Amino acid sequence: MFANTDLQHLLFGRLSLEDIPFHEPILQVTFAGVAVAGIAVLAAITYFRFWGPLWRDWLTSVDHKKIGIMYVILALVMLLRGFADALLMRSQQAIAFGANEGFLPPHHYDQIFTAHGVIMIFFVAMPFVTGLMNYVVPLQIGARDVAFPFLNNFSFWMTVSGAVTIMISLFVGEFARTGWLAYPPLSGADMSPGVGVDYYIWGLQIAGIGTTLSGINLVATIVKMRAPGMSMMKLPIFTWTSLCTNVLIVAAFPILAAVLALLTLDRYVGTHFFTNDLGGNPMMYFNLIWIWGHPEVYILILPAFGVFSEVTSAFCGKRLFGYTSMVYATVVITILSYLVWLHHFFTMGSGASVNSFFGITTMIISIPTGAKIFNWLFTMYRGRIRFDVPMLWTVSFMVTFVIGGMTGVLLAVPPADFVLHNSLFLIAHFHNVIIGGVLFGMFAGVNYWFPKAFGFRLDEFWGKVSFWFWTIGFYVAFMPLYVLGLMGVTRRAQHFDDPSLQPWFVVAAIGAGLIALGIGAMIVQFAVSIKNREALRDVTGDPWEGRTLEWSTSSPPPDYNFAFTPVVRGLDAWWEMKARGFQRPLQGYKPIHMPKNTATGVILGVISIAFSFAMIWYIWWLAALTFVATLAIAIGHTFNYNRDFYIPAETVRRTEQRRTEALAARV
Amino acid sequence: MATHATHTLAGDRMSGADVPDFLDLEGEHHPEGSTMLGFWIYLMSDCLIFAVLFATYAVLGRSYAAGPSPNDLFDLPIVAVNTSMLLFSSITYGFAMLAMERDDLAKTQLWLAVTGLFGAAFVGLELYEFAHLIHEGATPQRSGFLSAFFTLVGTHGLHVTFGLIWLVTLMVQTRLRGLVPENKRRLMCLSMFWHFLDVIWIGVFTFVYLMGVLQ
Repeated sequence: MFANTDLQHLLFGRLSLEDIPFHEPILQVTFAGVAVAGIAVLAAITYFRFWGPLWRDWLTSVDHKKIGIMYVILALVMLLRGFADALLMRSQQAIAFGANEGFLPPHHYDQIFTAHGVIMIFFVAMPFVTGLMNYVVPLQIGARDVAFPFLNNFSFWMTVSGAVTIMISLFVGEFARTGWLAYPPLSGADMSPGVGVDYYIWGLQIAGIGTTLSGINLVATIVKMRAPGMSMMKLPIFTWTSLCTNVLIVAAFPILAAVLALLTLDRYVGTHFFTNDLGGNPMMYFNLIWIWGHPEVYILILPAFGVFSEVTSAFCGKRLFGYTSMVYATVVITILSYLVWLHHFFTMGSGASVNSFFGITTMIISIPTGAKIFNWLFTMYRGRIRFDVPMLWTVSFMVTFVIGGMTGVLLAVPPADFVLHNSLFLIAHFHNVIIGGVLFGMFAGVNYWFPKAFGFRLDEFWGKVSFWFWTIGFYVAFMPLYVLGLMGVTRRAQHFDDPSLQPWFVVAAIGAGLIALGIGAMIVQFAVSIKNREALRDVTGDPWEGRTLEWSTSSPPPDYNFAFTPVVRGLDAWWEMKARGFQRPLQGYKPIHMPKNTATGVILGVISIAFSFAMIWYIWWLAALTFVATLAIAIGHTFNYNRDFYIPAETVRRTEQRRTEALAARV
Repeated sequence: MATHATHTLAGDRMSGADVPDFLDLEGEHHPEGSTMLGFWIYLMSDCLIFAVLFATYAVLGRSYAAGPSPNDLFDLPIVAVNTSMLLFSSITYGFAMLAMERDDLAKTQLWLAVTGLFGAAFVGLELYEFAHLIHEGATPQRSGFLSAFFTLVGTHGLHVTFGLIWLVTLMVQTRLRGLVPENKRRLMCLSMFWHFLDVIWIGVFTFVYLMGVLQ
C-alpha cells in the first residue's frame, strides 16, 4: 500500500489491508448483511426524520428509563450476534465427524466460541440485567432518577463502546481464540501474537468501566433515594436483589479491571505476571479472574431471582411468601459468592483441604437458593395463579433452574469435578442455569415491565409461541450435552473422530434450531405488539394488578416519574394504597427539579472506541490523541455548572391532566 | 432519606380520615448528598484494584528470576523523603479544607497549591527512583518481582498524578466561581481521594519497601 512501510506503521500501526478478511465467505456474507441492515436502519431514521429526536431524547438522555430501554435494546441486538455464533458451533459439531471437517476451520471455530461466551455474558446478560435495574429500581423506590444521572448515561455509552469494539473484530482482524476468559499463557504475547486478545482486553476493559460506575450509581441510589418510609425491610424484592447485585459489581469488577490490566502489561510491555518464564505465574490469573468471575454469575442471577419474586407474587395475587427469608437468602448468596471461586479449577492441584473447603462452600450456596425456590412455590400455593407470559417463564425457570442447580452441586464435588472438568457436562450445566435462570428471568421481566415502559402489553400469543420454542429448544439442545459430557467429551472441540457421538450432536443442533424459532417468535412478538398497540393499550398504568410503586404511575411514566413523592407505609406499597382507597390528587403540583441532558457521554463513548482501536492496532498517535481528548472532555464537562432545571408546575399539571382524562375515558 | 420534617400528606384531605397519607404533597423530595457516599464506594472499588496489585506482589514478590532483590535495589532514605512528601501533602490538604470551612478562598487556594507542590515532589522523586532502577537494568521486564513492584508503585503514582490534574482543575474552578456548594463538594471528594492515596502509600511503604529491605 505504501512504498515507505515506516510511514504506514506510523499512520496505521500494524493494521494493513490483509487484515480485512476478504477470503472468508462466512464473514463476507455477514458483513454484507450487517451493511445492508445498517443502511436500512439509517435510511429509516432519515426517512422518519428521527435523527433529532434520537439525539435529543435518547442518545444524550440522562433519564434512567430511556437508558434502561437502550440497555435492553443493546442486549437484544447482541443476543442475535451471540446466538448466530451458537448456531455456527452447533452445526459445525453436528457434521464434523471422521473425514468431514465441517465448514469452520479451527482458527475460525476458536474465535467463534470465544466470541459467543464473551458476547453472551458481557453484552447480552449484563446489559439486560443493568437495563432492567436501571428502568425499574428508581420507580420501585419512588425516586425521580438515579443518584448520578449523567454517570448513568456515561456508563451506558462505555458498555456500547465495548460492544462495538468486539463487533469490529468481526470485520477488521480477528477475535481471541482463547476461550471467554483468555487464560494465559495461551493469551500471552508468545502464544497469541495477533490482535484477537487485544480486542478482547480493550472491549472488556471499557465495558467494565461502565459496569462498575453503574454499580456505584445504583448502590447510592438505593441507599440514599428511597421514598420516605421505605425502610430496608420494606424494599421491593427486586430492588433488594439489585442492591446485592450492584454491591457485587462494585466489589468484583475492579478485580477484572486489574487482572486485565496486568495481562495488558504482559502483552504490551513485556512484564512477567502470567508468563511461564522469569518468575511469572499463570495460576495467579486463574485465581484473580475467577475471584471476579464467580461473583459475576451471581451478579447475573440475583436480579433474575428478583424478577421471579415480583412476577410470582403479582400473578398469584399474593404477598410474597417469606419476604424476610428471601432477603436473607439473597444476602447470604452475595457473601458466599466470594468464597467459592476455586471450584472453577479444582484440577489446579491445590490439594485435598483447599478443594474440600471450596467444594463445601459451593454446596452451601444451594441452601439459600433452595429456600428461594420453596418461597416461590409457597407463594403459588393456594394463590390465584394467572398464567400470563411472565408467569410461564417463571414456572419454566423453577423446573429448569432446579435441574441446573443440582448438576452444579454434582460438579461441586471435587472428585466428580476431576472427571467432568472442561467436559460438555459443564457446558450443559452453566447453560442450564444461565438460560434457564438469567435469560428466562430477563424475558419474564421484559414481558412484565414492557407495558410500564411503553403503555401497551406485548402480544400474548407470540409470547407463548416464543416461550414454548425456547423452553423445549433448551431441553433438546442441552440434555444431549449432559450425556456427552458424562461420556467424557470435552468442550471447544472443532472435530470428532468417534461417529457414535454424532446423533447426540445432531439432536443438540435441532434444539438450537428450536431456540432460533423462539428468538424469531420473540421478534414477531415485538412487531405484532407494536402494530396492534392500540388494541393492547393499557391506560391504567397497572395492567397486572401490581403491588409495587412502579405500577402507581402512568405507563409510560412521565419524565419526573411521580408528581408527588410516595410515602411508604408497608411492604407492597402500591397494593396497600389501592386496598385502602387511595385517590390521585388533582392539584397542588409543584415545579420538579430534574437533571439536564448532555452529549458528553456519547462523545466520550465514540472516543473510547477510537482509543481502543488505536491501542489494539498499535496506532500510537491516535491512542495518545484520543486519551488526551478523553481527559480534556471529561475535565471540560466539570466546568459546566448548569446541569439541572425545573419542570414548571404548569407542565406537571398538564401531564397529570392528560392522565386523568385517559383514566376517565377508560370506563 | 426518610427525614422529611414537613409532611403534609395527601390521603386525609382526599377521602376521609381512615385513609393514611400516601403522598408527600409539600416536601420537595430531592435528596442531596449521595455524592459523598457514591465517591466513597468508588474509592472502595479502587481499593480493590490495589488489593489485587498487593496480592500479586505478595505472590510474585520473591520471584527474582536470578535478578536483583529488594535488598539490592531499594534506597530507604529516598523513600523516606518521598513518604514524608506525601504525608505532608495530606496535612496541607487538611489545612485547605479547614480554610474552605471558613470560606476563606485565598487560604484554600494557598494550601491547595502547597499540597500540589508536595504531590509533584512525590511524583518527581518516584520517577527519579524508577529511572534509576531502569538505568541499573532492574526493568519491569526483568522478573516477576520487578513487574509486580513497578505496577503496584506505578499505579499509585499514576493515581497521584491524576490527583494533581484534578487539584489544578479545582484551583481553576474555585478561582472562577469561588467556594460555591458544587466546588466544596468537589474539594471534599478530592480530599477523600488524596487521603486514600496516603493510606495506600503507607501500605506500599511498609509492605514493599520496609519488609523488602528487612528480608
